[in-house]
This record gives sequence, C-alpha cells and structure tokens, in this order.
Amino acid sequence: MRSFDAVVVGAGGAGLRAALQLSEAGVKVAVLSKVFPTRSHTVAAQGGIGAALGNMGEDSWLWHMYDTVKGSDWLGDQDTIEFMCREAPKAVYELEHFGMPFDRNENGTVYQRPFGGHSQNFGERPVQRSCCAADRTGHAMLHTLYQRNVRARTQFFVEWMALDLIRDASGQVLGVTALEIETGEVMILHARATLFATGGAGRMFHSSTNAFINTGDGLGMAARAGIPLQDMEFYQFHPTGVYGAGILITEAVRGEGGYLLNKNGERFMERYAPNLKDLASRDVVSRAMVTEIKEGRGAGPQGDHLMLKLDHLGPEVIDKRLPGIREISKKFANVDPVKDSIPVVPTAHYMMGGIPTNYHSEVIAPRGADKEATVPGLYAAGECACASVHGGNRLGTNSLTELLVFGKSAADSAIRFLKENPGQKELPKDAADRSLARLARLDSQKNGESVAEVANDMRRAMQAHCGVFRFPDLLAEGVKKIRAIADRATRTEIGDKSRVFNTARIEALELENTIEAARATMVGAAARQESRGAHDRADFHKRDDVNWLKHTLWYKEADRLDYRPVHMKPLTARTIEPKVRTY
Amino acid sequence: MRFRIFRYDPDKDEKPTMRDYHVALDPHDRMLLDALVRIKEQDDSLSLRRSCREGVCGSDAMNINGRNGLACITKLSDLKEPVELRPLPGLPVIRDLIVDMSQFFKQYHSIKPYLVNDDPPPEKERLQSPAEREALDGLYECILCACCSTACPSFWWNPDKFVGPAGLLQAYRFIADSRDQATAERLDNLEDPYRLFRCHSIMNCVEVCPKNLNPTRAIGKIKELMVKRSV
Repeated sequence: MRSFDAVVVGAGGAGLRAALQLSEAGVKVAVLSKVFPTRSHTVAAQGGIGAALGNMGEDSWLWHMYDTVKGSDWLGDQDTIEFMCREAPKAVYELEHFGMPFDRNENGTVYQRPFGGHSQNFGERPVQRSCCAADRTGHAMLHTLYQRNVRARTQFFVEWMALDLIRDASGQVLGVTALEIETGEVMILHARATLFATGGAGRMFHSSTNAFINTGDGLGMAARAGIPLQDMEFYQFHPTGVYGAGILITEAVRGEGGYLLNKNGERFMERYAPNLKDLASRDVVSRAMVTEIKEGRGAGPQGDHLMLKLDHLGPEVIDKRLPGIREISKKFANVDPVKDSIPVVPTAHYMMGGIPTNYHSEVIAPRGADKEATVPGLYAAGECACASVHGGNRLGTNSLTELLVFGKSAADSAIRFLKENPGQKELPKDAADRSLARLARLDSQKNGESVAEVANDMRRAMQAHCGVFRFPDLLAEGVKKIRAIADRATRTEIGDKSRVFNTARIEALELENTIEAARATMVGAAARQESRGAHDRADFHKRDDVNWLKHTLWYKEADRLDYRPVHMKPLTARTIEPKVRTY
Repeated sequence: MRFRIFRYDPDKDEKPTMRDYHVALDPHDRMLLDALVRIKEQDDSLSLRRSCREGVCGSDAMNINGRNGLACITKLSDLKEPVELRPLPGLPVIRDLIVDMSQFFKQYHSIKPYLVNDDPPPEKERLQSPAEREALDGLYECILCACCSTACPSFWWNPDKFVGPAGLLQAYRFIADSRDQATAERLDNLEDPYRLFRCHSIMNCVEVCPKNLNPTRAIGKIKELMVKRSV
C-alpha cells in the first residue's frame, strides 16, 4: 500500500493538465497510466482546440457557447458549457506559455482555422476558432503537457493499470487498486482525492478511429463501484474515417476548404446543410453520408463510401496545414491527396456520455431526490467524464478544450477538498477484495472463451445494432445480445499465466470495462424514444423536448435506468432556449 | 504469411528463442500490426506494446527484418518472408518484443525537455513569427518511439553517457524555439565528450526514423552553435 494526497488515473490531456496543477500546488500526487504518457490517445487529435481568441476576426465566448449548445442539440448543461467557453482562451494562452508549438499568423498570434459547427454571431457564418499545430495538435499538446510535468517533477507510475475504485461505507472514494503491468503485482494506492482521466471507450465498436487502449477503464471502475454512467447512447461517428482502415481524417480538411463528393461528383452537403455545408455538425454530416450510401450514391465498386476532395487546396496548403493527413492517406488509403480524393466513411469516434460531473468536475451520483449529489473525493475530466458540455453531439475541437479546462478545474476542486478535509480516512478492510477476486477468477478459469472472441462479438454487435441510424427492432435485439456477451465476459479464459508483462491479462481486464460502457450505450439507446444529436431513431424522427430533454443515467446493477434534468441555466449568460436545429 | 518472432518470458524461459508462426491474413490486413493482432488471437502469450495503430504514439517500435520501425505503419506487402521480428536492439528485454525504455527516457529527461522562459507571461500568447515557428518543423514531431537511438552504435556502447539522437533532436527543438531563453545552459549541459560528441554522423537514426525526421542534422546544428560560441 502507498499513500498520496491525490491519485490521477490516466495521463492523456486531461490527466496531465490535472497532474500539473496538483504538482505545482505542492500536492503529493501519483499519476497512473497503463501506457507511457505520450502514448495516450490525446496524441492522435489532429484539428485543433476551440477557443474564442478572435485572432482571425471578431469572436466571442458567447458565440462559442451558442454553437456548443446548438451542437449538443440542447442536451448539454449550459452552466458547464459557459464555464468551458469562458475559460477556453485562458487555457490556450497557458498552453502557449508552456511551450506549445502553435501555428502562427504574420502578426505572431496563434493561427486559427474554421471547424464544423463553429460560427460568428449565433450561427450566421463560419468563424476561425480552432487553435492548431498543423494537423498534429493533440501530439503537440500532449508532449507539451508531459514536458511541463517533467519540469514540475510529477511522480508517474508508468504502465500501471488501475483496477477498481475504493469506496468506504459512507461512499467516499479513498483511492484505487492497481496492477503493475511489468511485475504483475497488485497495490493499493490510498488517496484523499482521486481523479479519473481515463479516456473513452471507442474500442466497443468494430470500426473505430480509437487507439487500442481506449477501453473505457474508468467507466468500468465507476460502474462496478455503483456510480452511474450518463448519456452513453450519444456516441459520435466522425464523418471521415479512412474507408477500410478507420484511421481519422481530421475535420480540418474541410475547415481548410476540402469537401465531400458522392459517386456522381456532387457536393451533396449543399442539399443537407445549405448554410454551413461540409462544416455542419458531425452528426448531421455523418447522417447525410449514410443516406447517400443507402440511396445508391456511394462511391467505389460496393458503393459503400464517399470521397473527400482537397487537391484543389494545392500542395503548399496541404503540406503546411495538413501534412499528417497526406502521410496517413498515402499509408492507409494508397492515395496522395495532392492529386486524388480520399475514400472515407463515418467511423465511431467519440463518446459524448460518461461519468456525470458538474462544472467543478466533481462526480455526480444522485442520492434519493438529490439529483446533484456528488461523490466525496472523486473527480473526472476529459472523455471519460460527461460534464456535460457535448450533450447529444460534440463539436470538433471541443474535446481538447474540455480536457484543458476541466482537467484544471478537477485539480482545483481536489486541492480545495484536500484543504477542507485534512487527514487520511482509514481504508475499509475489503479495499482490495474486488480486484483480487477478478484476478483470481481469471487465473483459475477453466473452459472459458478467449478474450478476442468475446470482444469481437461485442464490437460486431455494437456496430450492427447501435450505429449512425437506430431501429427499434435492432436495438431490442442488441440489448439481448450485449447482455449475453456481458455474461460471457465474466467467463473469459487466458492461456498466458505469466506474471511478467502479461498483456493477455490486461486485455481480459479491459474487456470487463468496455462491456459495461457498451451495455450502457445499447440499453440507453433502446430506451430513448426520440432523435437528438447523434442518437437517431427510425421510429421517433423528431427531438422531443417535452419528454426527453433530460440526461440518461445507467446503473450496472440490473441495467437500471434513471434520468436527471439538463442544466438549462448558465452561470451568468442568458439561457439559450431550444429551437429547431438547422445548419 | 510466415513470421519468426523473438520470444522470451523471464517467468519461465531460461533463454530467448525464435518461434515460427504461420497466419492466414484477412484482405483488410494491411500493416504488420494487423498480422501481430491476429497472431495474438492464436497465441495470447505473445507480448508487445501497441496503441494508436497509426504511427503517432510510438508504442510498437521493433526490429523488423533487421531494421527498426513501427509495426502499425509497416506494410505487410513490403516485407520478405519469413518476417523476422525482434525487440529494439541495445535495451534490456522485459519480455518478447517489449524492452525496458528507462535508459532512453532518462536521456530524454536529461536535456530538460521543456520550454524555459523566466519572463512573466503576457496576458495573451507570446508572439512568434511564422518563420520562427517554422524553425520547429522537423523537430517537434518526434514520437519518442526510440527507433533512432536503438539503431545508433554510439548509443549501444554508451547508453548511460551518450544522450542519443532522440534526446539531442529534442535538445535542439528547444534551442531553436524563439521563446526559449536557456540556450547557453542547454549547450553547457551537452558540452561533454560523451553527451553530444559521441555522435559520429553514422546516420542510422535518419535511415530508420518513421516520421522522416533528421536527428543528425539537428546534432550538427548544436555542434555548430558550440563552435560559434567558443570563437
């Protein structure tokens, strides 16, 4: 056992931003990551960070806020959205001061590019709000944050996988159990404050832009500890994954002037979003693409994808602003975008849902009538959290904004909590029992199925039953399937019994986490009888604010669902009232 | 497709062996990592690191038919069979294709890989011209995969004393940054018969870098600055 003031689980953008804040405040912090920090999935973010700096023309955090609320299809909490949009410029300036190699304008300020759903003057025309480092923004940002943590002498536990949350009888969180991957040792990290920054669960889908490590570990840990998952049915399909490979092609391609074509060479987005066209929200563009394919206007011999054209931007712009895209296209699509269009298809990308939090990044778990009750000692930020700034659909660039703003606010809240609650509470006697039982089960399992088999079935079920368009019969069948697969996930068997760097064991433990996220997604989707943001039901075509303007809460225990109100009241701004959403 | 893979589990093996695998590929399997994932489905004891599977996280560096590279962006169609896979050379093996990278990161940390600027930060961003920013291109993109350092004979002989190409590339990344004020200290930190000057421009690093970066050129620039300040 080891004791700390704070434990941060995950070392992507949110975890590193939080860790930095804690280290610089002199808090004794341990940062756990199952991969070396710069291998975290933030590294793959391409397009930019949304912040109303106004470097390219007039901009305002109120417009950013409006775009985010509208993008969320009014499911986002307006207090957290206001907080994020107001803090965003400061977060970008800080990152610049840390050494982030942002692209620059002639006058030396940070260059900003247009991005989907971001507009000037409440939806009038596109605005340049995305602060970027070529198309490698996530890489530049993650390395900068890691470097700053090296300077702050943050203590990392690299290649340690957190297994379970420790809660005492009162429900307070007292740290985590964790597995040192290299040795196979299990340890208790006793902490007065615990911060989750464990990322998304994109590996629940068969075709995903996500890294192998995005297995929803924080979600599994929360669910097993009785904490609900919120709005999991809202899963974003990014319009442009490389056809066949799933690798992300950033929306910045369209921001810089690229556009989508169907097999007739028609710029079809003009029909679906006459104002913003290819820069409409991602849910809108992905639905348009799937509709084109379904109606026989898809490209290629199978008619199952569309083409992303950018050759007209010219090699100079492509090499300066989109060099990574050129590299990816050549490697994964055999296409040089300087000459030819890239074959693309909507691909599972981002989880809008997650562990419910408020704008202080405190984790919410309703108690009785108190729908805003928080879990003492637990904070969450980044993709694993549902703040909820993205609501039903996330705008491009807002994920990086979110992890900077809420990574920092989670740390600030933890620092406040540490001050107000001095002294370490005692660990419950059974602190490590759940984790040890999971490991013992895995070690002694006989006649079980292979992890790969069960995981592949989960991914196929999610892909087939819970995609861009959702149908009642498919969802009902999907719920049955995913429950059966969840059952199988408790009986997986691994051949590898070594103590040393046993990745088979890690994959089995990861599956136990991903399946909880998958179950929450499918069950929540089957229950929500409306179409909003990324959740599109064939049997309920419209958004239904009378019955469904509310957050879904899913509990692992018996797949129970509950709901809580959306925060319609911003902190200082005026409420943005729901209206019809067009682009 | 046929593979010969280095296998070693200190928990049960006395010494390493090369094991043969024959794997039926799916038409969608384009990269070496796709094949390794398939092999792991047959034999879950094969251990390797992997994450982004698109060449930006730097996890799956290994020695592929004698040359260091990333499995996720190495095309299967370019590989001669049997494909021989070994852990990165010159670092201690933890298990199978997984090496202990402590020494590599220690060297990276030794160059103070962070911006140093003691002026109070302005309210907004520090200004930097596009030309000043361009000076960082070809430097900041490093993914710390260690392909370069573990292909470098100077690093093999003196991993504890020679910073290695990856660390030196990053040292120059901060020297080249118009916002950084620590050039003198950074040069002092490298003024040593080993830390910088063990580089003999063999250029294996340039040859293997999966991001097409050029550590040798960056090292040359640091050496130039050393010469300039001594005259």
